Amino acid sequence: MKPRIGVYICHCGLNIANTVDVEATREFARALPNVSVARNYTYMCSDPGQALITNDIRELGLTHVVVASCSPRMHEPTFRATIHKAGLNPYCLEMANIREQCAWVHADKKFATLKAMDLIASAVAKVAWLVPLQTREVGVTQAALVIGGGIAGLHAALDIADAGFPVALVEKQPYLGGRVAQLYTTFPTQERVADLLAPLIARVTQHPHIRVIANAKVEQIEGFIGNFRATVRTRPAFVDATKCDACGKCVDACPVSVPDAFNANLTPRRAIYRPTPNAPLVVDATQCTYIQDRVCLSEPRCVAACDRHAIDFSQAETVSELNVGAIIVATGASAFDATLKPELGFGAAANVITSLQFERLAANPAEFAKAFGAAKEIAFVSCVGSRDATTGNAYCSRVCCMVNAKQAQIVKQQFPAARVTIFYADVRAFGKGHEEFYDAVRQSGVRYRRGYVSEVYRRGAKMIVRAEDTLIQKPLEVEADLVVLGVGLTPRAETDEVANLLSLPRSGDGFLLEIHPKLRPVETAVDGVFLAGTCQGPKDIVDTIAQARAAASSALAPLCRGTVKVESATSTVNDEMCAGCGLCVATCPYGAPALNARTGKTRVNAVLCKGCGACAAACPSKAIQVMQFTPRQILSQIAVLA
Amino acid sequence: MLDTETLVQQFDLLACIQCGKCTGGCPISPKSALNPRALIYHMLLGGDFELVSRDELWDCTTCATCGMRCPKGVKAYDLIIGLRGQWIESGKIPTTLRAPLTATLNQGNPLVLPREDRTLWADGLDVKNVAEGAEMALFTCCENAYDPRVQPMPKALVRILRAANIAFGTLGLDEQCCGSEIRRVGESGLFEYLRDDNLEKFQAAGVKKLVTTSPHCYNVYKNEYGSPGIAVEHYTQTVARLIAEDKFKFGKKFEATVTYQDPCFLGKQNGVYDEPRAVLKALPGVKFVEMDRSRERSVCCEGGGGRMWLEGTNTKVRLANDRIAQARETGATVLATACPFCFLTLSDAVVATGHENDLKVMDIAQIVNAAI
Repeated sequence: MKPRIGVYICHCGLNIANTVDVEATREFARALPNVSVARNYTYMCSDPGQALITNDIRELGLTHVVVASCSPRMHEPTFRATIHKAGLNPYCLEMANIREQCAWVHADKKFATLKAMDLIASAVAKVAWLVPLQTREVGVTQAALVIGGGIAGLHAALDIADAGFPVALVEKQPYLGGRVAQLYTTFPTQERVADLLAPLIARVTQHPHIRVIANAKVEQIEGFIGNFRATVRTRPAFVDATKCDACGKCVDACPVSVPDAFNANLTPRRAIYRPTPNAPLVVDATQCTYIQDRVCLSEPRCVAACDRHAIDFSQAETVSELNVGAIIVATGASAFDATLKPELGFGAAANVITSLQFERLAANPAEFAKAFGAAKEIAFVSCVGSRDATTGNAYCSRVCCMVNAKQAQIVKQQFPAARVTIFYADVRAFGKGHEEFYDAVRQSGVRYRRGYVSEVYRRGAKMIVRAEDTLIQKPLEVEADLVVLGVGLTPRAETDEVANLLSLPRSGDGFLLEIHPKLRPVETAVDGVFLAGTCQGPKDIVDTIAQARAAASSALAPLCRGTVKVESATSTVNDEMCAGCGLCVATCPYGAPALNARTGKTRVNAVLCKGCGACAAACPSKAIQVMQFTPRQILSQIAVLA
Repeated sequence: MLDTETLVQQFDLLACIQCGKCTGGCPISPKSALNPRALIYHMLLGGDFELVSRDELWDCTTCATCGMRCPKGVKAYDLIIGLRGQWIESGKIPTTLRAPLTATLNQGNPLVLPREDRTLWADGLDVKNVAEGAEMALFTCCENAYDPRVQPMPKALVRILRAANIAFGTLGLDEQCCGSEIRRVGESGLFEYLRDDNLEKFQAAGVKKLVTTSPHCYNVYKNEYGSPGIAVEHYTQTVARLIAEDKFKFGKKFEATVTYQDPCFLGKQNGVYDEPRAVLKALPGVKFVEMDRSRERSVCCEGGGGRMWLEGTNTKVRLANDRIAQARETGATVLATACPFCFLTLSDAVVATGHENDLKVMDIAQIVNAAI
């Protein structure tokens, strides 16, 4: 049957019509081969615009449709639905992008019109070869995996579990709570973090639908939306929790001393230790001299010290396989490493600390009084590792302004005689209640001086903070007893590992990338994988929880439905031509093609395939075709331009 | 009138967020009216800017701390150099700059000494010309070549390179000023002339590898000559490498507690912090100690950016004097450096502060030579 094509040219208000002569273009399109009708209209995506198309399909018996308007990324789904409504297969549509690729980038109306005509002629030549494709659905394993047991992962897990679906919550550390567990209070309300976190963790660990797998790592993920299989390796605690009464004799006996990362490296810990003040004892296998090099010889000292025979070095790693339909990545962020700003003196002097260390000190009243009680002048430094090209972190970390304010207030409340100064360039107080909090902090007597700190050095027992007070245009040398560096958030060092595990792209700032910053903020390029919390970018607890619950809700959609639609415009392999070289397997970012061991040929898993065409381009024997982008379709599109 | 709009474009000043890190970190700003941030703000506002009344523009040592710290990648010191250029173009050249600039054009050095005297420092050392075939060209800074106070430094370096059996030569009388400081006082025309002329001479002599005595020459050849395909090293890098390759036998001990002044053009501007320290630490007898303000937090000696010929607006406070006090705090008896400008400013300061008997300023080359 000869194709009967309808061409619809959109003015996009004046976006296109100002630069492209839409009437001349319509006349041109009408005369193209196989074109039965060509129309133009102010907004093709509007209801009356779509009605033009559906009416023509019904009355003129169109077989294919070309819409010349914006990018297919904008409205291809709209017009596919439009023609489907009128009884056409949704894949018998081709978009000609005469807005982003024509009207918006050209000034000369004459040439822009000629280019629009070319783009339309090209689309018409291609559309005639498009064939109907079937929309397919696959079943869904109605369970979820949450990677990361911080405040984001905990909330996401709870929401999915409360909806009645099983959740596996995998946490790398031997404790739950993540970065937030290290904090003392929240802003702007100064609530104790422990009071917020403890009931939340209790709910998670007691939830009948949540299986917490701590001290563990997701090693491999295979499959696709609805049908993921994850391999999880769990490190043993080497302590039998049923026997241990947490007397701590083993800790005293352990000869190892390493910086306690949970305590922001302020204090040392042993290889057998309590990861948080309330957590059960575990052995850190990477530091234990018995496990690493047998320094403890035949009988480890901790074992000898334990009256209850609770320490058990025969415990082995376990590997479990999890089948899930959706995955939430909630792997968190790191605090900026202040040694990367050597001019600020961190590491060179004990009275320069980071804001994370401040939180740990504040959580321990005796330590806090020791560090801050005698200090007369305390300086807070803003934007350490944020908004700073010298560190490669161009972004604002969004939390540090309020962290500085909160910490300054804590000092002022406990030691009213201390002079507390926050050096800043801009104060960002954009969250709910933040500006009011900033007002209250200033009222409490905290001084704000406008000027970034450039350098911190020692003079006798004091630190000298060098900055310019830009408001009075005065270079300063402020003598401080303590300097607190307001460190920003950075992507975790393991972000690459997580990204590779799931084939997730990262944004320029190094965090994991959502599909669209506004419209699809929790979805990733991989269907069925969602982002929650600071792995996607710096955010405070409020925003983290909001995003975690959004991710849970997005993950629940396929779980509740039980089936998912998958892309139809996928690639297919011609067995006769496939040489089994495997180039496509190496090229595909989604793991869709695989060599069949028996036939030696490639098979493409259509559920994983995104139709990107990378395999087809790589295939040396041209055995791979992508539906909607076959050589015949593309060559006819090009030929008409010659 | 000053064309502020062009300067805004040329130095990417629209990136500036007026945070004050440049002025806050400037070693000069506490003792001078110099305020890099305010200068940028004036340029951004446009309108009238009375250039030739701002004597503080000549206070800048071009140590580049402002640019290194800037969170938005703005180089305030480059703007200051640009403003100096406009000033020079107006013809009102500061009095003490005139002779050095003229002499650099006519005699190839700013010390106002004859071109034919350039190699006198090497008399009796039998140093080859690089054109006679040598793997490495040794480039002597004008200061090292002409100023008797720092001539011992290249002499020591000659002995060091010979001890390691390195075949090297100099450009002889073809050697002339590298133009680093000339560019920094704003004489970009003269700088371009020197650059082109030097590149021609390097090419004629077949120079592939250049070792400089001064961090300033090192910086300009490495970063401002447009990558002519010549490998450039500061001599501390060369010596550190030779030590690592085990090319020396140290026959003597150098018994002293030594601290080190990072030259801005070596450390801050080029990240060469470790090599000079590695050399000092490798010497038998040396006890190496650090000042708190070292490496990225080191302090400028006030010798760069043309300040060898310009006193500055405030002669009462000299950074080099503070530096002597800081060096003495460490318990050091020797203050090492690796730059002729640092050597001269610190040597003056050690006398001015009355500590010439308890602190000796030495170039690293002299210390290494003493241990061979």
